[in-house]
Amino acid sequence: MSINGKAYIAGAFEHPTRKAVDKSLAQLHAECAKGALEDAGLTKDDVDGYFCAGDAPGLGPLSLADYMGLNLRHIDSTETGGSSYLIHVAHAAEAIALGKCKVALITLAGRPRAEGMATGTAPRNYGANAPDVPFEFPFSPVVANMYAMCAMRHMYQFGTTSEQLAWIKVAASHHAQHNPNAMLRDVVTVEDVVNSPMISDPLHRLDCCVISDGGGALVVVAPEIAKSLNRPLVKLKGAGEAPKHQMGGRIDLTYSGAAYTGPAAFAEAGVTPADIKYASIYDSFTITVLMQLEDLGFCAKGEGGKFVADGNLISGVGKLPFNTDGGGLCNNHPSNRGGMTKVIEAVRQLRGEAHPAVQVPNCDLAVAQGTGGSLGTRHGSATLILERE
Amino acid sequence: MTEQQIFPAPMVDPETKEFWDATREGVFLVRYCRTCDSAHYYPRTICPHCGSDDTYFEQASGKGVIYSYSVMRRAKVPYAIAYVTLEGTDISMMTNIVDCDLDNLEIGQAVQLKFSKTVDDGSQLPTFTPL
Repeated sequence: MSINGKAYIAGAFEHPTRKAVDKSLAQLHAECAKGALEDAGLTKDDVDGYFCAGDAPGLGPLSLADYMGLNLRHIDSTETGGSSYLIHVAHAAEAIALGKCKVALITLAGRPRAEGMATGTAPRNYGANAPDVPFEFPFSPVVANMYAMCAMRHMYQFGTTSEQLAWIKVAASHHAQHNPNAMLRDVVTVEDVVNSPMISDPLHRLDCCVISDGGGALVVVAPEIAKSLNRPLVKLKGAGEAPKHQMGGRIDLTYSGAAYTGPAAFAEAGVTPADIKYASIYDSFTITVLMQLEDLGFCAKGEGGKFVADGNLISGVGKLPFNTDGGGLCNNHPSNRGGMTKVIEAVRQLRGEAHPAVQVPNCDLAVAQGTGGSLGTRHGSATLILERE
Repeated sequence: MTEQQIFPAPMVDPETKEFWDATREGVFLVRYCRTCDSAHYYPRTICPHCGSDDTYFEQASGKGVIYSYSVMRRAKVPYAIAYVTLEGTDISMMTNIVDCDLDNLEIGQAVQLKFSKTVDDGSQLPTFTPL
């Protein structure tokens, strides 16, 4: 059994806020849900499946179903950090295929800016019951230096340069200039990136994503419902999900979980990377993009630096337009979880609803790729292949 | 090297108490599996490679090489985090490189275990320093 063709993304909404001092977390979830349902032409009373992850308050789906007044027959709170929402799309398709629900709502929201969180530079202690914590937390692993160690090893092993990584930010900035909601709208150069302050060698400030409040939501529906709505049809063709970890100490920082989930998703969809017109690639840092592009098969392992250079990721310029909303690097990284916005921009592209300056002509096949957790230690990877029907 | 990192007290649980007790004696233990004849890190009772529960601690030489590292510049006291591959094994562990020139570290560099004292009285953390 395959989920290819079993479900469609009928609604997508990205909250316009980037700093939500005056809103509660639950309120942000509800505003995102309302936005996505209105986008689909549905109401909350149509929803019979609900999905959320670790950003949800309280008891997750229980607290938010209560708050939003949802009457449900299917819930799922799979938590893999920022990639959770791509996995939710796949799980929603599975549930729909099995008849467990017909209209699945997925929400994400967070307010790390309003709460003054030191997102990338302070160690996060997940509690001493996490078996890794006693052996890692005392050494001050933070988000930035974990990803930095991957970049350092990639440079050592393959000759990747800071200038090549910088091209990823440059491409994102070219797209963000057209997005009025983007946090960073100024076009930057390779020199701007490599001359920005060093955060954790070899990652500079402009190699890092933004920190933003906000959120997003998706509505995944059964085929007959999708076809009854007055929206372009965005079909889920393939999906992959897997964790990548430290393998008992046999550590290899040169690849991501996309090496597992990319081939699985492409096989289920029956397409290849060469068929892809647009790519949403999780961009917590520039190195995250580079490694996932290699692992998805857009270029050979170690060739990512050459692949991303010279504007190859800029829409209308290069071979693989990516993150045309400006991505996490320039637009939005709500709740420090970038998977949701990856799916949303892929849906915009497939509908032809991206900004005209970045819309990919005849965009009928897209990939959305997410990682969540920490690239160096343990992360969840998820890949979705989406098609406009 | 002007300011030293301050290390928190270890979080000791029943499964890894032996490891932390040994650090008080200046002994660095690595967990091995008799069934698949391999080392793993961090220590577990059940081998993450083969699933056997026939595992045991053995003192490590403390020699290793840097697999990867990064100097965190945006900290009050900049510090080097690293994965160090342990001599005679195929495993790497997360650690800090201490008592070093933060601007002259490199992948492949030989390092030696150097325990760092924690705020706890007696317990130590396995950190490394360039040979």
